[in-house]
Amino acid sequence: MSDKAKNNMIRTKRVKVQSVNRSKKKNYNLIVGGSITGVILLMILIGVFYTPYDPNAMDASAKFAGISMKHLMGCDNFGRDVFSRVLEGSRTTLIVAAGTVFIGTFFGVIIGALTGYYGGVVDEVLMRINDAIFAFPSILLALVFISIFGSGKYHVIIALGIAFIPSFARIVRSEFIKCKNMDYVKSAKLQGAGDFRIMFVHILPNTLTVLLSAIMIGFNNAVLAEAGMSFLGIGVQPPDASLGRMLSEAQSYLFRAPSYALFPGVIIILMVLGFSLLGDGLKDE
Amino acid sequence: MAEKILEVSDLQVSYLSSRKTPFEKKKRIQVLKDVSFSMEKGEILGLVGESGSGKTTLARAILGMIPYEGTITKNAQRAQMVFQDPYGSLNPARKVSWILEEPLRLKGGLSKDERKEKVIAMLSRVGLDEKFMDRYPRQLSGGQRQRVCIAGALMLEPSLLIADEPVSALDVTIQAQILELFQKIHEEMGLSILFISHDLRVVYQMCDRILIMQHGQIMESGTVEEVYFHHKSEYTGKLLDAAGIEVD
Repeated sequence: MSDKAKNNMIRTKRVKVQSVNRSKKKNYNLIVGGSITGVILLMILIGVFYTPYDPNAMDASAKFAGISMKHLMGCDNFGRDVFSRVLEGSRTTLIVAAGTVFIGTFFGVIIGALTGYYGGVVDEVLMRINDAIFAFPSILLALVFISIFGSGKYHVIIALGIAFIPSFARIVRSEFIKCKNMDYVKSAKLQGAGDFRIMFVHILPNTLTVLLSAIMIGFNNAVLAEAGMSFLGIGVQPPDASLGRMLSEAQSYLFRAPSYALFPGVIIILMVLGFSLLGDGLKDE
Repeated sequence: MAEKILEVSDLQVSYLSSRKTPFEKKKRIQVLKDVSFSMEKGEILGLVGESGSGKTTLARAILGMIPYEGTITKNAQRAQMVFQDPYGSLNPARKVSWILEEPLRLKGGLSKDERKEKVIAMLSRVGLDEKFMDRYPRQLSGGQRQRVCIAGALMLEPSLLIADEPVSALDVTIQAQILELFQKIHEEMGLSILFISHDLRVVYQMCDRILIMQHGQIMESGTVEEVYFHHKSEYTGKLLDAAGIEVD
């Protein structure tokens, strides 16, 4: 064997060893994402039972108060405690995002399963409707819904939820198309399993890895969409606090009270970052 | 004469080819032509033929998984099938215990403990022990998977089992073990097995009677003795030659 060939062999061996090491490396995405998400969830949970001040209580003497021990994140234009409002606002944002993702996932899975499994006419009809919804930007679709049915937390959830259905339906559909011709599906049929049992008991668990990362991404998009809608004034209505709503109120006082805009923004970023890292981490597991 | 468990007469299976250009007429492609045979209770019938000769199509037609013309009379309840690829035929998201319990759950009428008992009994019958209950298919080797597949097919105690090339995805030593297992359950349960294979040596070892298939037709049928040593069809001779089996 020539020296060159030997060298090549040694090199390949080395590469192999490295790749083994890499797979044993700690899953930093999961750790960091999990910690950020955990801290935020803990904060929200504490906020349910205890906030330093009533989030809606106004105090004229504390108007635009800066960061101090009394007001950890300062005060807003009505003298309301920003920290208390951030706690309450992130809860609203979380509920809206979770509700949106729930609606999107629930109906997306049903539509995706039916279209992917049956194909044919069912597939054509449902997927064309799906495409039609998908063609509108989700914010625009939600805007139309809000302008017809009125604003408010629950309407935002429904509006965004509907807008989120198509993306989930597509992902689930492609997974079902992949799985439905596998031998285990045929063998379940032979054993006498009905269509719905095959779809939701046999095939659905096999789509969970893909579905889970889609849920994480969807959750991020929902957080941003809610913040965007509230920022535009068509989302959560005052006096309810939501992170987007607070940002929108804070923009007028950006120079007088920068902390008012800073903290809700930071929490939105952390929420999105935490969940995307968590999603990536879970995918690698 | 023994009782017939399966009678197939004048079976035709065809499908429409997909169009390559939009205005082309769809062509009907005939996969099985005038297939007729019968199978006796308790026998192992070998079905041999090259790839694409319609072996698997025949199995699917018998199980009612594809549309066909002709008559198939099954004297068996819930015929089951063991698939070729042990990697695709077990649900990757479920544990072995769940996979084996599923047929019983679908049938109904058994409590959770009774089901579990049956699963354990079946696992030991196919040569696996209780600790495999909590494993996922990906944690099993090919041979172990095929054992689980066989166990799953036997859970409903069928009287007819169709084995579609059950050993061709396995290596030779494991093949021998799985074939032994088939023979064991055949003796213990009085099972009739339609054994599909392209390997003439395996079929010689396993089967009582043999069907030789080519281009969707049955070229020759008879006992192992007849087919291997006194074959009439030229194609059978070719197959035996190709397998390196000395006839004389």
